[in-house]
Amino acid sequence: MSTALLSTHRLDACYGDFQALFGIDFEVGEGEVVAVIGANGAGKSTLLKTVSGLLKAPREAVRFAGEPIGGLRPGELARRGIAMVPEGRRLFPSLSVEENLLMGAQSGRRGPWHLDALWRLFPMLRDKRAQPATSLSGGQQQMVAIGRALMANPRLLMCDEISLGLAPIVVKEIYDALPSIVAGGLTLVVVEQDVGLARLVSHRVYCLQEGRVTLRGASAEVTRDDISRAYFGARAEAAR
Amino acid sequence: MIGWIDTILQGVLLGGLYALFALGQSLIFGVMRLTNVAHGDFIVLAAFGAFALASQAGVGPFGAFAILLPLAVAFGYALQRLVINDTLGKDPLPSLVVTFGLSIIIQNVLQEIFSADPRSIPAGELTTASVQLAGGLAVGTLPLAIFVIALAAAAALQWLFARTALGRVFRATSDDRETAELMGLDARGVYAAATALAFALIALAGLLQGMRTTVAPADGPALLIYAFEAVVIGGLGSFWGTFAGSVILGVTQGIGFRLDPGWGIWLGHVVFLAVLLVRPAGLFPRMR
Repeated sequence: MSTALLSTHRLDACYGDFQALFGIDFEVGEGEVVAVIGANGAGKSTLLKTVSGLLKAPREAVRFAGEPIGGLRPGELARRGIAMVPEGRRLFPSLSVEENLLMGAQSGRRGPWHLDALWRLFPMLRDKRAQPATSLSGGQQQMVAIGRALMANPRLLMCDEISLGLAPIVVKEIYDALPSIVAGGLTLVVVEQDVGLARLVSHRVYCLQEGRVTLRGASAEVTRDDISRAYFGARAEAAR
Repeated sequence: MIGWIDTILQGVLLGGLYALFALGQSLIFGVMRLTNVAHGDFIVLAAFGAFALASQAGVGPFGAFAILLPLAVAFGYALQRLVINDTLGKDPLPSLVVTFGLSIIIQNVLQEIFSADPRSIPAGELTTASVQLAGGLAVGTLPLAIFVIALAAAAALQWLFARTALGRVFRATSDDRETAELMGLDARGVYAAATALAFALIALAGLLQGMRTTVAPADGPALLIYAFEAVVIGGLGSFWGTFAGSVILGVTQGIGFRLDPGWGIWLGHVVFLAVLLVRPAGLFPRMR
């Protein structure tokens, strides 16, 4: 795909002496929804952190909208249109729901997302706008985290494990909002533990294992066998 | 009886001065979790700056402050950008060591220039003016004005933090620097803005300390202790708490001095330690 919005090229990433990613080639087209799956510690979150600037990377190893962006500061990347819903939500505890959302707008990008649009997307947040964000239920907190990222009016939204620790019905409620989120042409990368859900919402899927890509393909075409092999081993066979 | 009322009243007013020391410390600690060991020395430095301007340039204390304020704000901004930002991190030691070093430098430079003599900023009639209250009590106009200024400063900071976009940015960066940066903020710039603001308070505190009493180059550590004690007594994260902590410290010292001229400062330390022991989070910890 020559018109990739985001791509990584033989991307390595390390936490100190520990190498977490090995030569990752990853591509997301404009308007595409891509799911990243894999076991705990496979490197999914590390990949997102590297793209969003929280971890260092060589400049040319990550490209966004045609420009090399590896290792740029997170704030600079936010201004260029990369937003992330971090693992564990990371809401600001001393800020109210509304203030948390407003923090998302800090990057100063214009677009379809503003407070009123968010109240329409997640109506239950409106009644709780003045409450401390961390006093909400887990699902509502996740909505705030997603809303905060949308407030940046990003071109690329990356969601790290938004279903983690939530009841299935709440997860469904959140994923039901996805179509209206991507309707405006937003590009989406979701890291997801729930493989079925990941395939359901995405166009394409990547599977990581121990810091390497072990499977990539159209979500509708990859088989359960492909995935379990990519998840649990036989990496050489599946990766090619 | 009237003597005790007077003691408490004077202690409350002294607390106002301490609040001006403590609010800046509270602000810096609140935003970047930095204990600025040189905080008291910066106040003394500001006092000597005001003293030099007022006595040499002949502009009077308020003219001196008008010159000093923008200098202090710019100095605070540059200090944070050029020095302190690089010392911040998970380990608190580098910032403690660097600000401790600044403390020593400031004390010695001031001693070199001004000698060890205590100085006072001439405040004219304000020094002796007083307001008569019922029952034969009187309070000094200057201490009363300082108390009102400190009250206004605490209210302004509380409003800034709770109600403005800048305050929101300060709180968010304090909560979670990494996530704040994900939102597009430059934490180093946010810290520099906070320190610049704290230095406005430092300039104010220096001027008023120099007008109300005397300052000597080695006074800084004592002022730091008062600021620190007030912040801890009040509880971290609330400017009203800091203000209340300052008043409690002022009143305690006043009572101590009345009991025995050697007990004032000591009784303040005792109350500080008691609060630390009984309520380590302070008497009025953060509201949200």
